[in-house]
Amino acid sequence: MSKTPSKKTKIFTTGVATLSAPAHAPAVPVRDRTLRFNGRWNYSPAPEAHTDVKLRPRYDLFIDGKFVRPSSGKYFPSINPATEKQLAEVAQGNAADVDKAVKAARRAYEKTWGKMPGRERAKYLFRIARLLQEKMRDLAVLESLDGGKTIRESRNIDLPLVAAHFFYHAGWADKLDYAFPGRRPRPLGVAGQIIPWNFPLLMAAWKLAPALACGNTCVLKPAETTSITAMHLAEIFAEAGLPDGVVNIVSGFGDTGAAIVNHPDIDKLAFTGSTEVGKLIARSVAGTRKKLTLELGGKAANIICEDAPIDQAIEGIIQGIYFNQGHVCCAGSRLFVQESVVEPVIRRLRNRLSVLRVGDPLDKNTDIGAINSRQQLDRIEEMVASGKKEGAELFQPACKLPARGFFYAPSFFTGVTDSHRIAQEEIFGPVLSVMTFRTPEEALERANHTPYGLSAGIWTDKGSKVFQLATQLRAGVVWAETYNKFDPASPFGGYKESGFGREGGKQGLLSYLKFD
Amino acid sequence: MTRQSPSFGRVDQIMVEERAATFTKRSIKAESKLQGLRLVFSMLDLTTLEGRDTPGKVMTLCHKAMHPAPERYGVGPVAAVCVYPNLVRPAKAFLRGSPVHVAAVATYFPSGQSSLKTKLEDTKVALEAGADEIDMVIDRAAFLRGEYGKVHDEIAATKQLCGTVHLKVILETGELVTYDNVRAASMLAMQAGGDFIKTSTGKVSPAATLPVTLVMLDAIREFFFATGIRIGMKPAGGIRTAKQALQYLVMVNETLGDDWLTPDMFRLGASTLANDLLLQIAKCVDGCYQSGDYFSLP
Repeated sequence: MSKTPSKKTKIFTTGVATLSAPAHAPAVPVRDRTLRFNGRWNYSPAPEAHTDVKLRPRYDLFIDGKFVRPSSGKYFPSINPATEKQLAEVAQGNAADVDKAVKAARRAYEKTWGKMPGRERAKYLFRIARLLQEKMRDLAVLESLDGGKTIRESRNIDLPLVAAHFFYHAGWADKLDYAFPGRRPRPLGVAGQIIPWNFPLLMAAWKLAPALACGNTCVLKPAETTSITAMHLAEIFAEAGLPDGVVNIVSGFGDTGAAIVNHPDIDKLAFTGSTEVGKLIARSVAGTRKKLTLELGGKAANIICEDAPIDQAIEGIIQGIYFNQGHVCCAGSRLFVQESVVEPVIRRLRNRLSVLRVGDPLDKNTDIGAINSRQQLDRIEEMVASGKKEGAELFQPACKLPARGFFYAPSFFTGVTDSHRIAQEEIFGPVLSVMTFRTPEEALERANHTPYGLSAGIWTDKGSKVFQLATQLRAGVVWAETYNKFDPASPFGGYKESGFGREGGKQGLLSYLKFD
Repeated sequence: MTRQSPSFGRVDQIMVEERAATFTKRSIKAESKLQGLRLVFSMLDLTTLEGRDTPGKVMTLCHKAMHPAPERYGVGPVAAVCVYPNLVRPAKAFLRGSPVHVAAVATYFPSGQSSLKTKLEDTKVALEAGADEIDMVIDRAAFLRGEYGKVHDEIAATKQLCGTVHLKVILETGELVTYDNVRAASMLAMQAGGDFIKTSTGKVSPAATLPVTLVMLDAIREFFFATGIRIGMKPAGGIRTAKQALQYLVMVNETLGDDWLTPDMFRLGASTLANDLLLQIAKCVDGCYQSGDYFSLP
């Protein structure tokens, strides 16, 4: 057992290894140690069929169980960000429409939904979840068409999670009394919910499922660039026989959202979006009886320690920042790499970016789809320009972007410090800022030194280090040896300017309940 | 020539399995499918490793290796046939004049449970009969006992005996079990002089899997970055369908890239796979599936 290894192989005795070529091998200069990814074997296009998916030319508002024209008579175009072509027209709701929706929600709350026993509400939620599963493929295609996200993600991640949220909360509906022993949970009433464009259906599910399970009725506003799937969700509610007015969906712009925020008969507001708008909402709600939860921006630290499994950590970096084109509030956008492993990490990251496929979101092999809107693309370009101007070094793989549509190559900056704008502000795109650290204490201090606190990631092979760091990171979600993993049973939410309140899990129910 | 590397590193099981699964999600269609299938075919080590193997059986295999299918399918010969040492001589004779290599398993295959002397003697038999490639097994017992020096030295001794003959080192990952072990054994094999690392003998289950192969490809990359030497990879055993084979090809394509997409750097050890590849190639060429009866048995 204790036989001494031969001289040639000291490798396993200390854990620190010397990798060397066998004696007979010729020396290879370092410059020739490069992997090539020039497409010797390239993949043919593999587009998901989409012509069979029924897009309506025009989408109305969903109020009191019916699709109705907006009182203004106005519609705005919804475009496919991958082609810049118009997909459909979407109704522009105004304050009068919001008022109708709130009134319908109030009626439904008082007459049916608020009084209905939990076990009955659960039946509707289960039915909705099953319908979502049945229509998953079509909804995934629509989600990709309207939002630009890859079919790979909308089909494998978004839609399964949407259904999972309804299943999970259906399970809670008749068990609320047991979730909070000794207390009597009661619904709040009418919930106003405003959701972002990065995960249109998933965010709708995060908001609606717990609200409905707890006995509230809802007025939901989808983001203006991604309203279409919300209206298909409304169809599912109708098909499930959900009583009229329990869910109302009013599409529109910021003023439509403001009308919801300022409506006097709203009991609860839930907003997911930018910190800037979140602060405005918090100001408007101050001094009213409205209960508020906010899920806002982030600038998460993803920390790679020197003892991490490097090859897998690379995958964690990729999942962390390039998932959904980086349009993720909990994206691991600040990468902290321990100085002793910077070289191998960067080298592998470059190779890894070279095999990411950017292009048609409906191609089953696409890894990075379209940026959601021209406005967001401008924002990304502006931030990247600022990074370059401040002296950081940009890496982008050589990849051909489609001629039309909004696309941005996956990118990362090295030579970034804490005082760079790209290290402080949320870019919300496929752009990573790489920084280095010397000790775990330093990583921790710098990771926490941000106005945000939504999420963080840790990569180390040492379990004790995981716990040591995780307990001290000021972030709502800390992932260890993985990143961007979501589950309806796991509460999600932020510290500091990333918002307050939790969504998902038992904790998420508290956002939609009061106690006698 | 030597270069400090931080460590041989560890492997995270969950993440490596998750990453390996992503390669199965690639949709390989149309031209890329046909190209991939033909490439995989050219990378085959057509294998027969049974106690009942006779020169007659080997002859069948060799002819299949050289003339796998009608010319219109554009399928060239396979990379090699893989046999036991005492069948190398007939195999060489049958394959005379063809580009198909003869690979021989050696070093007391499949268990490796004998003395170094016997293992080298076994190898010598294969070499003297004219084997172009040697597939050796590592001493898993020694590895699991922590006698890494012994494992290393046996590989080095076998390589010394082989000289310029290509040496593939079989780790038998099904017996090493953990990914950390697979990574360590891969490093050991490359450092000791193996030209290829290979997953399995085919005699132990599980044989090749996608995550195990990924761990080995990652190790090959690490070794390449450290030394500039390109080590080949051979998953063997358990790869029976064209679909599976393409998943392995996708993995190599996206992990090590262009320079490994050749039979010199990537092989698949299999026997039943060959005809499934031919069926799929025929489907691509003719537009419809053929009966398996149209393709000769390997």
